[in-house]
Amino acid sequence: METKNSGRRGFLKGALAAGAATMAATPGESAAQAAAKAPATAAPPSSRTIAAETMGVHSVHDDELTGHVHNPGSDFMVDVLKAASIKYVAVMTASSNRGFQESIVNYGGNKAPEMIVCCHEEAAAGIAHGYAKMSGKPMACMVHGNVGLQHASMAIYNAWCDRVPMMVIAGNTADATKRRPGVEWFHTSVDQAAMVRDFVKFDDAPVSLQHYAESFMRAMSAATTPPMEPVLIVADGELQEVPAENRAALRIPKPVSVSPPEGDARAVAEAAKILLAAKNPLIVVDRAARSQEGVDLLVKLAESLNAPVIDLRARMNFPTTHYLNQSSLQRKYIAAADVILALEVGDLWGLVNSVSDTPGRPSKGLIKAETRVISISVNYLLAKSNYGDIQRYQAADLALAADAQATLPSLIEALKREASAPQSAAIAARKQPMQAAFAAMREAARNDATRGWDASPVSTARLCQEVWAQIKNEKWALVSQPQFQSYWPHRLWDITEYRQFIGHSGGFGIGYGLPAAAGAALACKDEGRLAVNIQSDGDLLMVPSVLWTLAHHKIPLLNIMHNNRAWHQETMHLQRMGTRRERDPESWRHGTLIEAPYVDYAMMAKSMGVWAEGPISDPALLGPAIQRALAVVKSGLPALIDVVTQPR
Amino acid sequence: MNILNKISCSLLLTLIGAAGVAGEAYAQSAVEISRGHELFINRGCYLCHGTVGQGGIAGPHLVPDTLPAEAFLAFVRRPPSEMPPFSEKIMSDAELHAVHAYLSSLPKSPTADSIKLLPKPVGK
Repeated sequence: METKNSGRRGFLKGALAAGAATMAATPGESAAQAAAKAPATAAPPSSRTIAAETMGVHSVHDDELTGHVHNPGSDFMVDVLKAASIKYVAVMTASSNRGFQESIVNYGGNKAPEMIVCCHEEAAAGIAHGYAKMSGKPMACMVHGNVGLQHASMAIYNAWCDRVPMMVIAGNTADATKRRPGVEWFHTSVDQAAMVRDFVKFDDAPVSLQHYAESFMRAMSAATTPPMEPVLIVADGELQEVPAENRAALRIPKPVSVSPPEGDARAVAEAAKILLAAKNPLIVVDRAARSQEGVDLLVKLAESLNAPVIDLRARMNFPTTHYLNQSSLQRKYIAAADVILALEVGDLWGLVNSVSDTPGRPSKGLIKAETRVISISVNYLLAKSNYGDIQRYQAADLALAADAQATLPSLIEALKREASAPQSAAIAARKQPMQAAFAAMREAARNDATRGWDASPVSTARLCQEVWAQIKNEKWALVSQPQFQSYWPHRLWDITEYRQFIGHSGGFGIGYGLPAAAGAALACKDEGRLAVNIQSDGDLLMVPSVLWTLAHHKIPLLNIMHNNRAWHQETMHLQRMGTRRERDPESWRHGTLIEAPYVDYAMMAKSMGVWAEGPISDPALLGPAIQRALAVVKSGLPALIDVVTQPR
Repeated sequence: MNILNKISCSLLLTLIGAAGVAGEAYAQSAVEISRGHELFINRGCYLCHGTVGQGGIAGPHLVPDTLPAEAFLAFVRRPPSEMPPFSEKIMSDAELHAVHAYLSSLPKSPTADSIKLLPKPVGK
């Protein structure tokens, strides 16, 4: 290392001298020639003058150019990331992290962690969000002090609401005497984490490297223990840039995988008894599965009761091909249930009640008075109240503060153990009606999809089925939110594996779509899985620069635009307002339609190096275009097809 | 003019008149359908129901099985749902009839069995 640094020092000195001489020369003549003919009164500028003129406005003091820094603190910070097995760091380059970024590249070799270069901190955090959901491992994102963290905050909030781990690293310079006047002051704060503390699980601003290592590993454990959440560690600028003192004495704690909380045995046994006694039990899942094992356990649980399952789709919880997946019949089963088992349901009140979007907003219960609700969730362990992701309070009849997936084996075992013969017979008798109901539900979806099949703009059902036809025989993943396409993938596709779907954004902050899809696609690339993103147009306009990141890093991602040329949800809100108020019934389009001009997303993608076609509004042209795009993606590159679509 | 001629002349006049009325009715209908389409888009009906009334997550399908005109008008004036009530100030009866005419004019969708991309599901 010393030899390498010495070499670099020599190179830098030589380069500086040559650079100074070259600056004095005119094109076509050497620095030596220029120096020979230069008048005595016009000596070439000194290296310090060049530095002052090109690097900033500060005066350069004689004692400032004497030192080189070996073994900077940020090298140790990279060691910590490596020890934590952080594979990628999404980076929006920033001066407050300059030491860290340089260490990632030159000390760490830009490999594990590798920088994923972003053009906006919201993109960086969104990429980390999607990556964690697909890979099951946290990713880091590195953001600038103050302004970068402010940019990233919405994406961090989405991850918070979505219970997704993320290692946020923010720059800062705690020691006010070390900040250069001006910009560095604007980009530092006394308490950097304050602006996001309501929606990170843990934060710290370490003041020593040993402190940094311990806090990072503590944060990592907190982030990856259910309830999983983002965490923030401030990487102090001085700590990054000053040499590590006594590196050999620094210790990096080993990463610890903390066992998730499992439901209390007595409460689990009671839940089993209640479920076995039910005539119409219902299972509702939201973020219940954390892995394929979770999906398999949920199938076992449902089959052990022959209870219908309503998947609220915050994750891939339950196969769409299984006869007990009756998610399209939610209202019917909620009304009929005498026992509801809610597994990691984020909004328990909203599951069993509704609020009408009519004047006065009347609410009503959706369940019978005698219906019993059993809730198993790690949400009971969260204790923050400022943001509304806690939803309205619903008192469950039996509540377990536990991780659902970790509790499922004991619950399944208790159901086996406690079932009486008559109960087992009743459970078996439910199978055939459930199979019939499932078949009717899927057939209804098929018939619904025919409506507007040949319409232009393209129907969302047609869009989804054209995609499905091209990917169904691949190892694939849907890395976007299907609610914008009326959930056609969940109604028509065979979604059977955990990694075939990553759920929604959590906080419904627009601008999640493309970054999260890119992060998930990054994880898919490592796994050899084809990532498909059905991309809303309004969402893409928030952080279009992710297209450049996809191209720059050669992340294969099939982007199919769901381009309804609107922030469509808002069109409906505005139309509802105008009509209720009996005002101009055509005013809803103001501020909601993306028109005059229409955005050419294919041109936008091409400008950033992404293969693209479109806009396509004739459904007959869509299949061949997707085939061409798929060939590009299979070659290891991103592609985009702009499709002009129906609203939903 | 003999009686046959009188009858023929009368028949001819009747036929011409009938043809005129039918043509006018046809023309009115085409105009009404076009006007209905325009209203369906500009008043924002399509936002929830889709441009061809196919429905989706935000609103039910309106085609096929469109309600009879009077029932359609009654529903739109006082919807028993979150759909806002469309008063006469927002859409007149004539305009709602035009929207109904547009929806009624839309062709039937192909059957699911005729669409290759909608195979029968295979459940477990």
